[in-house]
Amino acid sequence: MSKTKEVSVPDKVKGFTQVRLDVNLTDGKISKSKLSNEFCRDWIGGYGFGAKVLWDECPAGVDPLSPENVFVYAHGPFPGTILPTSSKYGVFAKSPLTGQFGMAISSGSVGAQARRAGINMIVFKGKAPEPVYMVVDDDDYYLVPCKDTVWGKGCWETEEILREEFQDQRLGIMTIGPGGERGGFMGCITNDRNRQAGRTGMGAVMGSKNLKAICFRGTKGISVAQPVEFFKLAKKLIKVANGPATAKYRDLGTPSGITSYNKLGMMPIFNHREGTWDKIDDGTFTGDILNQDWVVKKVACSQCSIGCDHITKIPKDHPHWPNLYSSIDQELCYSFGTACGNFDWPSVFKCVALTDDLGIDAISGGVTAAMACECFEEGIITKEDLGYELPFGSTVNLVKFTEEMILGKGFAGKIFGDGTREAGKRLEEMGRKNASYYAMHIKGLEMPAFDVHGMSSFAVGVSVSIRGACHLRNGSYGLDAKGNFDRFGYEKPLERGKAIKELEDIYAIIDSYIVCKFTRGIYENDAELAKVFELVTGIPVTEEFIQHRGEAILNLSKCFNIREGWKREDDRPPERFFKQPHTRGPAKGVVLKEEGYQKVLSGYFEARGWDTNTGIPTDETLKNLGLDFVIGKLTPSGGKK
Amino acid sequence: MSKATKKRGGVVHQFIIVDPNLCTGCETCESVCSFVHDGEFNPINTRIHRVRIEPILNVALACQKCDDAPCVRSCPEKALKQDKETGSIIVDDDKCNGCAFCIRACDFGVLNLHIQSQKALICDLCLTMKDDYINQERGEKYPACIDVCPKEAISLKDVEQIGEEKRIDAVKRLFGDILKETEA
Repeated sequence: MSKTKEVSVPDKVKGFTQVRLDVNLTDGKISKSKLSNEFCRDWIGGYGFGAKVLWDECPAGVDPLSPENVFVYAHGPFPGTILPTSSKYGVFAKSPLTGQFGMAISSGSVGAQARRAGINMIVFKGKAPEPVYMVVDDDDYYLVPCKDTVWGKGCWETEEILREEFQDQRLGIMTIGPGGERGGFMGCITNDRNRQAGRTGMGAVMGSKNLKAICFRGTKGISVAQPVEFFKLAKKLIKVANGPATAKYRDLGTPSGITSYNKLGMMPIFNHREGTWDKIDDGTFTGDILNQDWVVKKVACSQCSIGCDHITKIPKDHPHWPNLYSSIDQELCYSFGTACGNFDWPSVFKCVALTDDLGIDAISGGVTAAMACECFEEGIITKEDLGYELPFGSTVNLVKFTEEMILGKGFAGKIFGDGTREAGKRLEEMGRKNASYYAMHIKGLEMPAFDVHGMSSFAVGVSVSIRGACHLRNGSYGLDAKGNFDRFGYEKPLERGKAIKELEDIYAIIDSYIVCKFTRGIYENDAELAKVFELVTGIPVTEEFIQHRGEAILNLSKCFNIREGWKREDDRPPERFFKQPHTRGPAKGVVLKEEGYQKVLSGYFEARGWDTNTGIPTDETLKNLGLDFVIGKLTPSGGKK
Repeated sequence: MSKATKKRGGVVHQFIIVDPNLCTGCETCESVCSFVHDGEFNPINTRIHRVRIEPILNVALACQKCDDAPCVRSCPEKALKQDKETGSIIVDDDKCNGCAFCIRACDFGVLNLHIQSQKALICDLCLTMKDDYINQERGEKYPACIDVCPKEAISLKDVEQIGEEKRIDAVKRLFGDILKETEA
């Protein structure tokens, strides 16, 4: 029996607006319905809503870029309140990059504006006959044809044009750029210029539906179930969220990790050939230098006490990209920096600006560029192919490559425009042997900024991630970085599995609330995390309840993957980590061990109550989680990957 | 009233100022402002206004308490009054008819109309906040935006303080060498 029913729902739920919009883009019809109190209790918000809708309504085996794919916008009960980092939204669809559960989360002003407009979720189906953008202006919902206005424009210009058109500088706008319009698998959604729902190609799904942008504004106030108590707790959390728990994100920002992970041999260099770099050792490419020489301002999303967005500026006398402002974090210092062997800061900034503005994921984009650099060095691609040279450490040519990759132009665009997995396939089809070896992805999604040669727990954590290679589904890199387990060994597989599972369940709640993972340390415990939900919504949830629902949400999105054909062998880091060790640093000579890796993977499956061989949830586990409706429907569709 | 505050012609000329170097544009001040007055979060009903000009300029503005305030002068209903003691503008909701002349008159754009009541809204340093939301540590009404600003970018200053701080900064810039000698 599921624990879900043990929590009663009040007659009136606060926080949630409970408004679901259904938009049929094919015929332009928009309808409105109510999310039940029980739905809000059981699926919590963003990720939970997305998982339930995609399971129920996304046809198994659908082509991700066809009109039949379902695209979901959702937020939880918190946007617009002063809960730190609460102005977040999530988008969900079957991913073109992975062929599995796609999800991406962003913040800025969109969540708060959408909440004030009074909506909770929008489900898009079909495909508009011509390019349109959608407007949610309080209770007015409509589609606007935009073939001659913003279609084809970059994200930044689109925002400017639409804000000008509405005479409203605070219009919340999620938009795609040319990268998403053309259905490039890495297409992202940009809002508030520097915030992206980047991963798993959600912008490409919008593009495939001819949906250029969604604009939100609203005038509705937000009342909470227990205002006095909530105000007190929120004020405390705001103070804590500006204290030691988040100092790393505020001060140097996440790029402080360049130095610390380099020391551990975990900073990916040269497309994950190495985990340390002399350019970091000697202080050329570090978070300290980034801040000292380039960062001009730190900016916050709506209702964020941290303000992690580090804006850099290239000086006006720079020969190539004068006066360019970019938004930089650790992942991008990795993707267009260390992974490409590039320590020229301005070219990193320019590549990031291109991806943000023209609209592809800056992690996937950089890692795909890194693959191209290595393929160039290995002679798999040549100057004759590209029209220019592209060794590791390229700067101006890296920028050129990046632009072509985003826009789908030239050899770079044709081969690399849909990410590493596709690039590997396409090159091998051309007879360029072994190209896929250089594709650093898991399940089609490019690796984040950790090198897992010497990270035996995270190697599993990043591989089991529902959306493909991602550090933010369970944050289990901490298990290796903090030394919870021997990071070169594989003992205690079940304990490791349990540790990953516990993190993953609570991360599923954070992604459903939705709040920023940078604030995961500001709550005293999971009970306090449950408390804010109760104070806002009036639903008396407990610590056990949210952990249980986090587990259910994770399981449901896993079931989506299984239905789409997921197999155990998909949860596996690239071959390089098993074959080719670093030549320097603390992980020198170390590779992942097949047997050990499989042991820990089975430990994780066991901790989850999944079949330890196949990794498929048992009927008993599904029943315990209240997922009875999934039982008997886990036959793989054999759908398009 | 704090010890730092001086009267100026009988008026305590204190108002909200925001440091653009510290402000990250997070909008928390706006949300809190609406909440402590109305009990719900709605930045449309704020009395402090965040302005972001991308990519890097962030700041918030509230009533500057102008002498012989144009908003007061412009009101055809005589609904606005300037408190002689504090310099704050007080709106008489019974008289205000939402004509918005005050908004047009204000050089700083810090007035607006409440989205539900259509009455003029202007910062009165939280004189009209709800008792429920008084900061218990202070035990008295005090601008909630200052208490809650995560970056401590908002402060309550009078013109004398502002002038003096600027002068000290300028002198440090201009005569820093002498200062270094005295420190040595």
